[in-house]
Amino acid sequence: MGDHHHGPAAGVTRWLFTTNHKDIGTMYLWFSFAMFLLGGFFAMVIRAELFQPGMQLVEPAFFNQMTTLHGLVMVFGAIMPSFVGLANWLIPMMIGAPDMALPRMNNWSFWILPPAFLMLASTLFMEGGAPAFGWTFYAPLSTTYAPPSVTFFIFAIHILGVSSIMGSINIIATVMNMRAPGMTYMKMPMFVWTWLITAFLLVAVMPVLAGAVTMMLMDIHFGTSFFSAAGGGDPVLFQHIFWFFGHPEVYIIILPAFGVVSQIIPAFSRKPLFGYASMVYATASIAFLSFVVWAHHMYTVGMPVAGELFFMYATMLIAVPTGVKVFNWISTMWRGSLSFETPMLFSIGFLVLFTLGGFTGLMLSIAPADFQYHDTYFVVAHFHYVMVAGAVFSMTAAVYYWLPKWCGRMYSESMGKIHFWISFIGFNITFFPQHFVGLAGMPRRIPDYALQFADFNMMSSIGAFIYGASQLLFLYNVIATIVSGERVSDEKVWDGAEGLEWTVPTPAPYHTFEEPPLVSKPAGTF
Amino acid sequence: MGRIFSGVPLALFASLAAAQNQVNMSPGVTEIGADIFELHMLIMWICVVIGVAVFAVMFYSIYAHRKSRGHEASQFHESTKVEIAWTVVPFLILIAMAVPATSTLLEVYDNDEAELDVLITGHQWKWKYEYLDETGDNIAFFSNLTTPQEEIYNTAAKGDHYLLEVDEPLVIPTNTKVRFLITANDVIHSWWVPELAVKRDAIPGFINEAWTRVPQEGIYRGQCTELCGAYHGFMPVVVHAVSPEEFQAWQAAKRGAAQAESQLAMQTLSSDELMTQGKAVYETACVACHGAQGEGGIGNAIAGSAVVMGDLSQHMAIVAKGVAGTAMQAFDAQLSQVELAAVLTYQRNAFGNNTGDIVQPGDVAGMNNG
Amino acid sequence: MAYVRLSKVPAIDTALKLSGVAVVMFAFVFVVMVPLYNVLCDVLGINGKTAGTAYTAVPVMIDESREVTVQFVAINNNEMPWGFAPDARVMRVHPGAANGTIFRATNPTNAPMVAQAIPSISPSRAAAYFHKTECFCFEQQGLAGLATADMPLQFIVDQDLPRDIHTITLSYTLFDVTASVTDQVVAR
Repeated sequence: MGDHHHGPAAGVTRWLFTTNHKDIGTMYLWFSFAMFLLGGFFAMVIRAELFQPGMQLVEPAFFNQMTTLHGLVMVFGAIMPSFVGLANWLIPMMIGAPDMALPRMNNWSFWILPPAFLMLASTLFMEGGAPAFGWTFYAPLSTTYAPPSVTFFIFAIHILGVSSIMGSINIIATVMNMRAPGMTYMKMPMFVWTWLITAFLLVAVMPVLAGAVTMMLMDIHFGTSFFSAAGGGDPVLFQHIFWFFGHPEVYIIILPAFGVVSQIIPAFSRKPLFGYASMVYATASIAFLSFVVWAHHMYTVGMPVAGELFFMYATMLIAVPTGVKVFNWISTMWRGSLSFETPMLFSIGFLVLFTLGGFTGLMLSIAPADFQYHDTYFVVAHFHYVMVAGAVFSMTAAVYYWLPKWCGRMYSESMGKIHFWISFIGFNITFFPQHFVGLAGMPRRIPDYALQFADFNMMSSIGAFIYGASQLLFLYNVIATIVSGERVSDEKVWDGAEGLEWTVPTPAPYHTFEEPPLVSKPAGTF
Repeated sequence: MGRIFSGVPLALFASLAAAQNQVNMSPGVTEIGADIFELHMLIMWICVVIGVAVFAVMFYSIYAHRKSRGHEASQFHESTKVEIAWTVVPFLILIAMAVPATSTLLEVYDNDEAELDVLITGHQWKWKYEYLDETGDNIAFFSNLTTPQEEIYNTAAKGDHYLLEVDEPLVIPTNTKVRFLITANDVIHSWWVPELAVKRDAIPGFINEAWTRVPQEGIYRGQCTELCGAYHGFMPVVVHAVSPEEFQAWQAAKRGAAQAESQLAMQTLSSDELMTQGKAVYETACVACHGAQGEGGIGNAIAGSAVVMGDLSQHMAIVAKGVAGTAMQAFDAQLSQVELAAVLTYQRNAFGNNTGDIVQPGDVAGMNNG
Repeated sequence: MAYVRLSKVPAIDTALKLSGVAVVMFAFVFVVMVPLYNVLCDVLGINGKTAGTAYTAVPVMIDESREVTVQFVAINNNEMPWGFAPDARVMRVHPGAANGTIFRATNPTNAPMVAQAIPSISPSRAAAYFHKTECFCFEQQGLAGLATADMPLQFIVDQDLPRDIHTITLSYTLFDVTASVTDQVVAR
């Protein structure tokens, strides 16, 4: 037993060959932050071009490459890996396991990611430019009319799909097989629950995405006609397959975020999570419904009216479990003993802005109204409220919340609060006016726009620069914490925090729970 | 870089001039537009009311239940009654929303019994309109963006309808049920006019239907709303709704012009006439890809091009038939013989090419038949 | 020493099962989603697609009580230089009756070309009631350089066509498939 208590290997090989869940989690988190900055840089190019009407900085073709890469890098490079990193760090510590179930596969699933994104980014320098068909890559723009770099794009998607599937299998195996004695399913922290459900979604739909890009590859290089009408195929089939993946994908992004705030809000309310069981059921219902609503992204393709009605009703239904979650979080705060450290601020920011995004989502579900909203900036505003204020805010909250446990040093609270307020204000300046221009008729994915949209676009760009700059403050705060933050040594860094990860020493040692802990209390209670 | 700095003051001026910051959906001019607008407002207000209630509770809690005020945490963590209530009540609200949504949707889908059929075809990056006539005497034309490159690249002040103006709008009669059959020539496009509340995807190989009945005369502007390549942002939709009498007159004039055009094709035009018209054609059909000075861009450069300055028949073939697998389209379907002759003449003599070649409509006709 | 944990199942078993799920889902796209979509298209008339093979006519009553307007539209896809137009733009037919018309195609180029016509019906819910007993769209159509051909279409509008449908539009989009046909020849 004793010889297991060694520290990490020295030098670069520690990171290359590590099978330690904490090391791999750390690498995932840094990688995703790097991708967040890269995707953010693409967003800055987009907003700079849209600062004023007229073409100023880039050509329309390059603008489309920017919107495409921004979407792909943010979804597949920043948000998804960041939550996988969080899962790596926390799930073993939360369920009392010494490591992930399959540590070697864990190493591979991380290390194939950087080459995939290197390949994707390198398409920018290829002849014909990077993919310019949007992150949704509808055929035939992405097949017959695609630049040659599309083959590299397809290969990159395959690799990151494999990475996601391996990561999810590992998470499911860890949760199902590695729990400490006494850690029954209904005692697991919400974060573990949401990730378990997310991982099942990933295993189910990432292969569907792989199937879609494989069909593209065959259409482009091997003469098949899955998506070409000329050969008896159908470009609309692509959209059905893509969104059969794409809608669950949206929940893959947001469910772990739900899990994070379900940990943080009780901690800073000093009160157990309200309605734990209904939270679990609501998460499962959302995941189930995500498989039967995909065509609400396609109301304007000319579906039969019966199909249109089915997808409208099913989509509206999602509001019910989502509402339950919001009500539960607010009830958790109700009559608690609230304090507002940075993680709590980001969680409340999440709660408010995600709910706004949920409302616009409900509006978008109404098929006849969607004929006016579809593919406008109203949609752009909606999904940034869900993706950025939802997923990214909660991820930021998670970093502030668990960073002291990870590195044994406290971040600067005042800098954290400044980061929150600049982010919150910058985010809203960026995306709130986009509701207006969308309703007024501005389509998405255009490099130039009519003059009546000018003022709000300028406002939006200014907000984006503010929001973008605030992330540099975040980076500084994190690095300063790791290098020279004030040392903390309490096992429970936050007085209201609950869960097994707060029972190990601070900073968390390289190996935890080699002896299983004894679990008796239900999750989140005192 | 000079372009950026010279552009800034002009663009600022332009944005101040058009300060009509619309913040909501347009109710539009059609009955369906009004129905959709009402539906949108209804659901928005329901969301606002729920949002205000939920956030009021949250902010009260943030105010009253703070640790800094010494509030002690209570430890309740479930209540079956409350949880059932907030599952059932939203469900009932959703049913209330679904009823008007369903009836409006059925109305949108009622395409039957139209009095006029227009085939709309999306091309990279322009719309083609074809009025389907029982006798086969169809009126067909392309609708190109007319905003000059100087305005787009900020060397000239932007006009009022910047990016929302075309050479030939779709003309439809008022108080008439017009059915649109929508398809595409290359990639997927989407035809949208917000004030008519019509948005339908244009899918190559398949036709989609939509309809409108416009009660009042006017000009209604919209844009392509499905990413369709580099110039997706530059293919506006402009619809002129005119009285049925005016529509009849317009149709007669279009048919007359088509005849005059075919007569003109028999004539020999002067070099000046060809150059003037050629410049005009170049600036709508070619400039986006080949540049205002023939310097190239998405397409090859025209200035100094070996093709343009070389053998006429090869140059003509490329312009008329396009180059497969590139953005270079077959322009014989889009331009008349006179326009083709003019633009060929222009390309062979402008931008310092100075070949001195004159291409007549008859030459173009000769090639098409040969 | 074995680590004590709640579950007695080895993690590798779970992982293998899940890998199986992933493989099945990948196959699902090809062997279920694509064929299922095509079946749904046939049944529901998604995109106004019609059956790709000839309909075997069954003797039925001709419904003289109503007339349905059938409108024909011919569209050339990108770079397709052929002349292509229906002989009759509009036909008024009785449900149940057999009808025939032709589309005329001209190849204006000097080279032989092969085309494929793709039908689409609007409104799409009429597609299931529009039966083609003979159609040039069932197979690829070759035309020698400068040749012209009359391409036949025989159809029956089903007598069960919903009564609220009065107009059916049948469009054909003509695609140039010369290149892919040549590729196949080369590949052989």
